[in-house]
This record gives sequence, structure tokens and C-alpha cells, in this order.
Amino acid sequence: MAARNRFAISDVLGGLRLWRLAWSLGWLDIRLRYRGSMLGPFWLTISTGVMVGSLGFLYSALFHMDLRDYLPFLALSQVLWGFLATLVGEACAAFTESEPVIRSIRMPFFLFAQRILVRNVLVLAHNICVIVVVFLALRIWPGSTALLAIPALPLWIVDALAVSLLLGGICARFRDIMPIVNSVMQIAFFLSPVIWKPEQLGPRAVWLPFNPFYDMLEIVRAPLLGQPPSLLVWAAALGYSSVLCGVAWMFFLRARGRIAFWI
Amino acid sequence: MMSFDASVDAHDVSVLFPLYHGNSRSLKKLLVAAASGRLAEDKQHRVVVRALSDINFSLKSGERLGLVGSNGAGKTTLLRVLAGIYEPVTGRVRLHGTMNALLDPSLGMNSELTGRENIMLRGLYNGFSRPMLTRLEEDVIEFSELSDFIDLPMRIYSAGMSVRLGFALATAIRPRILLMDEWFLAGDAGFMEKASRRLEDMVRAADILVLTTHSDQIVREWCTRVIWLEKGRIRADGPADEILDQYVGTPAE
Repeated sequence: MAARNRFAISDVLGGLRLWRLAWSLGWLDIRLRYRGSMLGPFWLTISTGVMVGSLGFLYSALFHMDLRDYLPFLALSQVLWGFLATLVGEACAAFTESEPVIRSIRMPFFLFAQRILVRNVLVLAHNICVIVVVFLALRIWPGSTALLAIPALPLWIVDALAVSLLLGGICARFRDIMPIVNSVMQIAFFLSPVIWKPEQLGPRAVWLPFNPFYDMLEIVRAPLLGQPPSLLVWAAALGYSSVLCGVAWMFFLRARGRIAFWI
Repeated sequence: MMSFDASVDAHDVSVLFPLYHGNSRSLKKLLVAAASGRLAEDKQHRVVVRALSDINFSLKSGERLGLVGSNGAGKTTLLRVLAGIYEPVTGRVRLHGTMNALLDPSLGMNSELTGRENIMLRGLYNGFSRPMLTRLEEDVIEFSELSDFIDLPMRIYSAGMSVRLGFALATAIRPRILLMDEWFLAGDAGFMEKASRRLEDMVRAADILVLTTHSDQIVREWCTRVIWLEKGRIRADGPADEILDQYVGTPAE
């Protein structure tokens, strides 16, 4: 057990030492995905923008909500959810997509988790433009409360890496998990307050903190909308994250030496 | 600078291949293994292939080891274990000294990227610092003679240009322990004289060489010692000429 821990820790440290490689791989992934396209990743920005714009008008009418109130919420939710859902989806292929490399050179497995993170952070950076445009257009300024979103960033980063190690390994071993993960994320999208606002649940909103996606979204979204997130939400987010990281680590300890055989 | 001697030490190494996915690769392994009677069931009733059993040997600085044996005897698996890619189920492998394994000629290369970007990527895979990356780039560009093509995507390269770039990259990194799969020598006859000189330089610069090949001529020329693998076990281990005479004299089963 101690030996396994040592190997796993040196895997993570080795991965961190190769951060320049992780960065290059993630960046090249994005560049190659949009090779030859004039706007490149900004196509994502445009499609997110169009989506937020049209859904904003539709749902503010359906839900009888003020567009000025709803649109910033939707823009934030869509962009954050887009990052989260794509990351979880791509985490499933973290190791299988790099099979030729894993089978021909010894590399820390953590490197591939970092690559997924880099790739999705770059996409997120493009999508943030949508949020900025919406906020500017509606002349909304969250004020200094927005700074409360900063502590959430390290948590998101750690969770993203943990998800990639966990799902990347499980999906390499059991090939049926990937479609299951995709359906779960689909259901989670509708069950989590992404396009609907938590207030719309009325008194039943007290149950929301049980939804980990709600907690993770809320610790970033609430401050950016000018409301400090509740302590309960932060506690739940921290709780779910520690469970996730704990499970991911326990799994990685056992799986690390076997992944090369699974892919 | 290098005060210690390079060494390779394999102690009681066994590798089991679990067969999970019914893809063609596993199926091929299954068939090869079935033919050689190495299929078994592990404790959880999974089908496993015993790819290597009880491998013991150690190599000192200066030794050049050739791995011979029929297809599926475990040569490449042993090379991957030495390279740290596969972790043995039991036993352990100890390597002392920098190691480079030439297992895949197109390691990490992407045909959509330019030659220069591919060089940079390979350098990063090897954990090179920026000055080392610059030196790698100069060396590879000079040897591969790609001149202006180096900044064009590899997909427009001719077959010869891609081979030159891949070869230049693989031979640019000089480790103390060199592990080499036979693909590397496949085109030996057709290689330019310059290429074989560069390859020989790299081999000579390495303290320890482990090479898998089917060609006994190459083994006789380069290796001092031969391990003959059969069905994942060491059948014979000794001076190159002696073992090769036995190996060549034995009809394949």
C-alpha cells in the first residue's frame, strides 16, 4: 500500500514536471480541431452566444422572467455547464485516446489528465467572451462580490483532474461506462439549475444542495451574479469534492499499474 | 559527470495479460497464446495470457543483449517491461541510468503538425529543457535535410522525408540504456550510409543495448549476449554466437 501511494504520488509529480508538454498537447488539440477554419475556436463562442441569446428570449418568456435578470444567469450557467459536461465527457477518453503514446513510452498518467484540463480551459476562455458581452450589453456589474468566485477555481481544477484520472481509468477498463456517463450528464443537465433558476423551485429548493452539480455551479455563479454563495453550498461543494478526490485517488492507486494493459 | 555504471536488473519478472476487450488485437494475442499453450485463468476467472514467466537476468555496463525467439515469445513485451510501460505482476525491474526505448517509429508524431512542431513535441515528451530543445531541433533538421519543409505539415511529406524525420528524431536522443525493437532495423538494407553511421554511433554511445530482432546477422554483428525466449520463458542465455547457433539449429515448432 505504501509503495502504491509512493508510485502514485511520483506519477502526479512527474506529470506536474511535464506541464509544458501537457500545455502543448492541450493547445495543439484545440488548434488541430479547428485547423483550416478561419474563426477557429471562436465558432464555439458564436454557437454558445447564439444559444444563450435564443434560449434567453424563449425561456424568459416561458418562465415569465425579466430578460435583464435571466440572461446573465443563463450565460454564466451555459458556459460553466458546457465546460463541466465536456470535461466529464472527454475525461472518459483520457487514456484510451493516447493509447499509442502510453504503449510506446513511459509517461506519468497524470499528464493525460492535465491535457484534458488544458484543452477545456482553453475552450472555456473563448466562451467567457459570451458572458462578458452579455454583462456589457446589459450594463451589469457584479461588484467586488465577484471576487468570492476566485476560491472556487482551485476546487474546479482539482476536481477536473480527479474526474479525468477516475473516469479515464474506469472507461479504459470497462468500455460500457462512457455511454452511461454521457446519459447521466444529459439527465444531470435537466435536473440541475442550468436553464432554470433555483428560486423557481420554491420551498423545495432546500433540497438542491444534495445535487453536487448545483453546488459546484453555485460557488462560481452566485458571486458573479453579485450574491455571496451560502456557507451550506460551499460546505457541500467541499464535501462532494473530497469524496470525488478520495475515490479517484483510491482508484488510481490500484489502477495505475494496470492502465497500460487495459487500453 | 557519470560516476556510476549503468545497469539493468530483472528479477523474477512475470507478466499476465488480461483479455478484456474482444478487439482484434486481443484476439490475435489469444490465438498466438492458445497456439503456445499459455492461456490460463486467474483467481477471478478472467482469461489471462502468461506473456512472461520468471524472467531473471542482469546486464552490466558494456553488455549488448539480443532478444531472439519466435513471434509471440514475449520479446516486445519484455522490452516494454524494461521500458517501464508494463508493470510486472510479480518481480521487479531496476534500471540505473538514462533510458530511451525505440518502440514506435512515429511516437507522438502528428501528420497535421509541421516537422518543427513534431520535433518540439518529442523533446517535450522526453522532458527536455528549452536549450536542449533548441539543440534537438538543430540536430534533427540538419540530419533530416528537410530544409524548408520543416515548417510545413508532415502530411505533405514524401514517404522518404517522413522516414528521415522519424529516424533523425529517434536517434537524436542518446541514452545510456538503449532499448530497440526490430522495426528500427527493418529498412536497414535500404538505409543511406549516413543513417547507419548515425545509428551505429548511438548504439556505441550507449552503455547497454537491448535489441529484439529476427535477423541473426544483426545480432551477431552487434550483440555480445543473447537471451532466447520461448513461450514467455528464458530458454537459453549466454554468449551471442553460442546461443544463436543453438537457436538457428532448432526447427521452429
